[in-house]
Amino acid sequence: MAQDAPRFHVPAPHVRPGDTPDFSHFELQPAGEAKRPDTSVPGMETRDLALGLIGVLDHNHQAVGEWDPKLQPDVLREGLRHMVLTRVYDDRMLKLQRQGKMSFYMKSTGEEAVAVAGAMGLGKDEMVFPSYRQQGILFARGRDIVDMMCHCISNSRDNLKGRQLPVHYTWAEGNFFSISGNLATQFPQAVGYALGCRYKGDGQIAASWIGEGSTAEGDFHGALVLASTYKAPVILNVVNNQWAISTFHGIASGEAPTFAAKGLGYGLASLRVDGNDFLAVYAATQWAAERARKGHGATVIETFTYRADAHSTSDDPSGYRPKGENEKWPLGDPIARLKNHLIGLGEWDEDRHAALEKELNELVIASYKEAERYGTLHDGPLSPVESIFEDVYAEQDWRLRRQRQDLGV
Amino acid sequence: MNMIQALNSALDVTMDRDPDVVSFGEDAGYFGGVFRVTANLQKKYGLDRSFDAPINEAAIVAMAIGMAAKGLKPVAEIQFADYIFPGLDQIVSELSRIRYRTAGQFTVPVTIRTPCGGGIRGGQTHSMSPEAFFTQIPGVQVVMPSNPYDAKGLLISAIESPDPVIFFEPKRLYNGPFEGHSGGALASWGKHPKGEVPEGHFTVPIGKAEVVREGKDVTIVAYGTLVLVAQAAAERAGVDAEVIDLKTLVPYDIETIARSVNKSGRCIVAQEAPRTSGFAAELAAQLQEECFYALEAPIQRVTGWDTPYPHAHEWSYFPGPERFINAMHAVLEA
Repeated sequence: MAQDAPRFHVPAPHVRPGDTPDFSHFELQPAGEAKRPDTSVPGMETRDLALGLIGVLDHNHQAVGEWDPKLQPDVLREGLRHMVLTRVYDDRMLKLQRQGKMSFYMKSTGEEAVAVAGAMGLGKDEMVFPSYRQQGILFARGRDIVDMMCHCISNSRDNLKGRQLPVHYTWAEGNFFSISGNLATQFPQAVGYALGCRYKGDGQIAASWIGEGSTAEGDFHGALVLASTYKAPVILNVVNNQWAISTFHGIASGEAPTFAAKGLGYGLASLRVDGNDFLAVYAATQWAAERARKGHGATVIETFTYRADAHSTSDDPSGYRPKGENEKWPLGDPIARLKNHLIGLGEWDEDRHAALEKELNELVIASYKEAERYGTLHDGPLSPVESIFEDVYAEQDWRLRRQRQDLGV
Repeated sequence: MNMIQALNSALDVTMDRDPDVVSFGEDAGYFGGVFRVTANLQKKYGLDRSFDAPINEAAIVAMAIGMAAKGLKPVAEIQFADYIFPGLDQIVSELSRIRYRTAGQFTVPVTIRTPCGGGIRGGQTHSMSPEAFFTQIPGVQVVMPSNPYDAKGLLISAIESPDPVIFFEPKRLYNGPFEGHSGGALASWGKHPKGEVPEGHFTVPIGKAEVVREGKDVTIVAYGTLVLVAQAAAERAGVDAEVIDLKTLVPYDIETIARSVNKSGRCIVAQEAPRTSGFAAELAAQLQEECFYALEAPIQRVTGWDTPYPHAHEWSYFPGPERFINAMHAVLEA
């Protein structure tokens, strides 16, 4: 073979364990620069937005540019509260998992704005098809924390009867669909749901979230084809947190300049957003929701963020990325940025923030104490054993009745 | 009616009664499907109730799941059962489990219609009988009719069912009954009693088998095209065989088949699909548990071979009447 023959190409991240964290290769459009077109814009005309970066909070924590959603301080404080609660909850649940209180846990540290601002920009009535790292949606929608914990510890009050791994929530009452462990399956389902909304004519829309790694799945392509073909009222969020377990984003993106750019190939409106900027995520979601409601079709939103912690309690990131990388993330921490913005507005201060953290910590600790009263995975009580034969079908057939007898329950 | 007309009528009747019923699939909208099962539905019910889908079986199944979660009753067509595999993850991991994993908070009553089976010179990609795969998926029902009357009644039951149904349509039977001989003129459903199909609404229950030929000496359990082949083989062999049309594979009607086998003491189970781990194996296993002390001979299987479905040698693959006759002799002489 000639020496200059092309070699099999496998992309690799710039840095690995032992290296100094380095994000200098990222070209990040400064906050406030991106134009905000009308929500009726043809999808292909969002090219600059798909390749750039929509940001609102600048380095001085001020809201700048056309995408500033101009939210009232109360709304900002509400968002901050949901994000702090998400982080406090995650930290507590991790500790509890380490103490053996639950089989598994997944934190969303660093990605709180993606879920919370996405949920708040969308509103509570719209249907969501999340992945496993958007617990912030549940807090933004006001789900009872004790109920969430009862699910995670699979006890007698788990609303899923112990059938799902922790964090794979379902909450029909809150318009929150079932979370699958199989990746990207919810993306085309969300499009189908959105088409059902259009068919019923009730004005509801749908939104879904997948990770950047999951865009490699066929279901990502299927979802975008369906959304484009039928002009579905749906928001398709790609949470680019840089890491799919140990695999860096380049293994899914290939030569594509951004994940948002993939939406352009389908003619869909495509936005790339600073995922650690509460205001930007809120504004982009609001824009996409208006576009969907008005019948202009679907939007792909890449939320550019960083998974600051491990993939799950079964993962150790020190094996594949440099330690301390999260602290070097050029777009900072979503909670710190919104907090500093509020402080800059004169609507918040360090004391109030400390008091909020204390209050939410106490709430989470008290909630867990209550949740444990309904049982734990190890010590019970669990949902009744015979419930494993329920809900397979609307009615049990002879096979399930016999098998239940065989089990002796 | 032939089976195509009967299936079309089932869709027509349910779409007319329930505005939540929608039908879609590849070529299934404007054109009415490559086998014409969805013909005229778009004209009658409009673009948003009978429409063309992109060539992506996973997306078709997923779209149906999403629509069903919203309260619709989607009927998705997969153009050939051989093409269903790109949609398998959405069926196995999603469709079948939504009721279970949400503890009943969401249900997805989707019907997936798909033409299956051989006998049409379809080669390896248009002749498969993949039904057994789907019987391994808790949460879906699996149905395969063998005549126009049952096709309509079962499809209506499937669409009205609160749970997902994989509805296999043996395409060799679409235009007429088939007795398993490769040559000769096509028969017509017009002269067959099960070709008499009421115009309006009626149902055939899921989970119920039917004795279609009474007999004392041996029980043949079959479904789809092989029901007709088995009946014809019994006539030709002059054997007093009881033939049971299973109709539903999940949940199958153990009562009807066990009653017959307990009476006859001999049993043949049949499928077009390859032999190993086919649905006939499940039937044989369950029947020996139920009927062991009544059995006079080992249960015989009549099946396809453990090969891909061949094109030129189709009639050496297809389990025709001779294979049934051989099996009948084997169980009767044992």
